[in-house]
Amino acid sequence: MDSVIESSASWQEEIFTILKAGGVQQVAYVPDAGHAHVIRRINADPDMRGVVLTTEQEGIATVCGAWLGGQRSVLLMQSSGVGNCINMLSLIQNCRFPFLCLVTMRGEWAEFNPWQVPMAKATQSSLESMGVTVLRANTPEEVAPTVSAGLDAAFLGGEAVAVLLSQSLIGRKKWEASK
Amino acid sequence: MSHASIDTGVDRRAFVAGLLHSCPQALVITGLGSSAYDVFAAGDRDENFYLWGAMGGAAGVGLGLALAQSRRSVLVITGDGEQLMGLGMLATIGAQQPDNLSIIVLDNGHFGETGMQRSHTSLGTDLAAVARACSFRNVVEIGDMGQIEALARTVNARGGCTLAKVQVRADELPRALPPRDGVYVKNRLRAALGFAPF
Repeated sequence: MDSVIESSASWQEEIFTILKAGGVQQVAYVPDAGHAHVIRRINADPDMRGVVLTTEQEGIATVCGAWLGGQRSVLLMQSSGVGNCINMLSLIQNCRFPFLCLVTMRGEWAEFNPWQVPMAKATQSSLESMGVTVLRANTPEEVAPTVSAGLDAAFLGGEAVAVLLSQSLIGRKKWEASK
Repeated sequence: MSHASIDTGVDRRAFVAGLLHSCPQALVITGLGSSAYDVFAAGDRDENFYLWGAMGGAAGVGLGLALAQSRRSVLVITGDGEQLMGLGMLATIGAQQPDNLSIIVLDNGHFGETGMQRSHTSLGTDLAAVARACSFRNVVEIGDMGQIEALARTVNARGGCTLAKVQVRADELPRALPPRDGVYVKNRLRAALGFAPF
């Protein structure tokens, strides 16, 4: 266990608790540091199935298949992955599949790597252009109510929802050994 | 024979009809284009889900469904072009090892819907070899109709994730158009499994 991540993971644990209590049985993901705790918890849970993807668009398809088969499934990715999903989101829109996606943001707050920035700027508009409702949590206190609202909108209301988790929640990424 | 050519292989429509006849309980996901037409031409049923787009997504829909419905055989029937667009999905399936999922690739080595341009499978890519490299339990290469029954037994046994590369002739057959209303095909498949719309 990574003690650094564990100690900062109360909102991350809340996300896991909401997914678990919400009856989510499949969680598809391309990993991100911000999702690391939730992914560990899912993979350790005998009633949940973690599905690691090679690219985010695969997860659009797997969550739809899960719904066809009577299970709730959620997709986790970082913001750079949203661009990989665009055409596959037509599956959600055409068939009106319930859809909940949790997106950890990169490229928007104290970002060191400029290659993360273009997709960060396009994340919300890309999702909205494909008919996905975008919610956002900027503070640890906002995470649980926002994820919970997204889960209800998706699986009770049949909506397609993405929750953007601000990069400020995750904090600065350490690129060099401290001096 | 590793490269499909225009003139060799089985009749895709007869092959699909024969396979579905021998897998009457299977839940079926199709890729877009000719494979959807082949499945529909074999007889529409509530347990069929046809893609008209979302190219590269058929195997992914099949994986999610197979994990949710582990007691049912799930058949993904798609073409080489569609599967090539979701090549990474074969690695994702290999990582999950769903015992009840079978991917049937109707491989004519060409993009049939767009003017019969050659695809990668007639330019050196062997999808059976890719599936083996992704740890699929059963990899079958099919070149004649006599292999249908053995494949159906494998599908119905649900004894390990399967990919069958079926060499089909690059025929342009009359289109048989399945329903295009995605909400309808989604909800009727769920209803067949006992689930309400939402």
